[in-house]
Amino acid sequence: MSATQTVKPWQLKVQGLTKIYGAYNERSVQLTGPKYDTNICPETNSIVACADIDFELFPGEVLGIVGESGSGKSTIVKQLYFDLENTAGAAFLAKYGEGDINILRESNAKKRFIRNQLMGMVYQNPREGLNFLFSSGGNIAEKLLMAGEFHVGKIRQRASTLLERTEVPTARMDDSPNHFSGGMQQRVQIAKAIANNPPILFLDEVTTGLDVSVQAKVLDMIRELQRDLHISMLVVSHDLSVIRMLTDRTLVMKNGRIVERGLTDQILQDPQHAYTQLLVSSLL
Amino acid sequence: MIEAKKFQRSYNYAFIDEATKKEIRRKLLKAVCIPGYQVPYSSPEMPIARGWGTGGLHITLAIIGREDVLKVIDQGSDASVNACNLRDFIQSTAECAVTFDALEASIIQTRHRITEERLRADQIMVFQVPLPEPLRDVEPYEKKTREMHAEMDYAKMWVSLYEAYVQYGALMDGAGYPVMVNGRYIMSPSPIPRWDVPNLHDSDCIYLFGAGREKRLYAIPPHTQVQPLEFEDVRFHIERFLGTPCAHTGEELAFLDELYNDQGEKSHVINDSNYLDKLQAGEVVFQHINPYLTQIKDERNANR
Repeated sequence: MSATQTVKPWQLKVQGLTKIYGAYNERSVQLTGPKYDTNICPETNSIVACADIDFELFPGEVLGIVGESGSGKSTIVKQLYFDLENTAGAAFLAKYGEGDINILRESNAKKRFIRNQLMGMVYQNPREGLNFLFSSGGNIAEKLLMAGEFHVGKIRQRASTLLERTEVPTARMDDSPNHFSGGMQQRVQIAKAIANNPPILFLDEVTTGLDVSVQAKVLDMIRELQRDLHISMLVVSHDLSVIRMLTDRTLVMKNGRIVERGLTDQILQDPQHAYTQLLVSSLL
Repeated sequence: MIEAKKFQRSYNYAFIDEATKKEIRRKLLKAVCIPGYQVPYSSPEMPIARGWGTGGLHITLAIIGREDVLKVIDQGSDASVNACNLRDFIQSTAECAVTFDALEASIIQTRHRITEERLRADQIMVFQVPLPEPLRDVEPYEKKTREMHAEMDYAKMWVSLYEAYVQYGALMDGAGYPVMVNGRYIMSPSPIPRWDVPNLHDSDCIYLFGAGREKRLYAIPPHTQVQPLEFEDVRFHIERFLGTPCAHTGEELAFLDELYNDQGEKSHVINDSNYLDKLQAGEVVFQHINPYLTQIKDERNANR
């Protein structure tokens, strides 16, 4: 590849991402996975949460990761958002160091920069993504302050724009998210995640635990944001209907491995892997 | 007959043993090298409990010599019980001269104030600090706050300032207002009033801080950048006493105490006792120069 070719077609590239809990040996990855229907290594008892994960996320694309609980979906996004340290593998961002730097090996200060400027994360539980001791405006302000915005008036303006966008009444900007309903907390979390216009947004089971009508509203809003802001999204869900509604392309995971990948419609219409077939047939 | 001079005193010169004093001086050197950084130190036993000025005492005793002239102030006063006892203790163990005069002193140990009078390059100011960690309010764990300092991760501190503004309409911290030292570390200037905070910036003298209970030393070397944390549109400001002059001198441009007599009548008096004495004696006293004080001065002159 020539040195002049610097523009990467992808937004995010993940190579060989692996996370193993406990002491493992060189056969731990080989002896686990869907072939053995386990992610516990028989020799060392270490747990292979995910292994050899390769994928690319393209600009403006919504990529879904679906699988049963314990299949390693959340482990992937948590490693990419630096909540968990990876065991092996690399990740590259097109907008960071021209896509040639493994972000998982950067210093904590640089990781924080990447988290604040280039990524957003929406957790299943708003308590993970929001600080409940601060007001919802303060939570959004945190992201803006870290991006170097030290003008209170501008911070408040931006925060109220974001809350308006995510349909949280701006009159409640100075209330703690503690006093909000679950759906509202989730919307504040989304507002915080997109505060700095990040090119990439991670959504980890965002609608799990919300009632169906609120779920639909939140999903609608995410779709709208995606369309307007053209953010690349990585959507993790065990719920195929969420995947169907949001994503263009899907990875199916089982026992810490990707067992099938392809266009979402294709996977839902014509699942190839036995596990995917089971998953699709059990869709209500 | 040989006289055992060494044991005529039941304690070492300046109370603390030489090895420990050397350790404290080495830690002070480190603190001066990294302005605003909290250096852990031994905090040896003293005849008073930790947290009653031991941090300041450790520093003073580690750096003092017989030729030094010592001044001790407690909330601006040379005459409070705390100041008198610390001064007597240091004088008797370090065999040095003592003074009330801020200009005469070579070492000034202080609690919660900087002298109203401008300090020189050959003077040392030693603070007794109760809580050295400016991030403690936003992060209870020491391990985390040290990581935050190491990585300059001050987001929570800034958000807490933002929250204070949103809730109360002003940057609230009255005493111990957090400052950014040398563009690197957020530091708690010990609970000095906001009035004194600008005097830490670009000073001629050296400021040393000791927190005995928390076992931390830190320093602001001369001519260091010290900026109070503020937003672009919500600025730091110092206390204002225009319109409430000192009852004894009529002075409005000094940090004033609010006093009530038995009838409940309010009056204001200059807090720095030595500064008050000098003004009453008609001496010419040079105050610190800082833009905040200059602004208030200009305002007063314009109103006259």
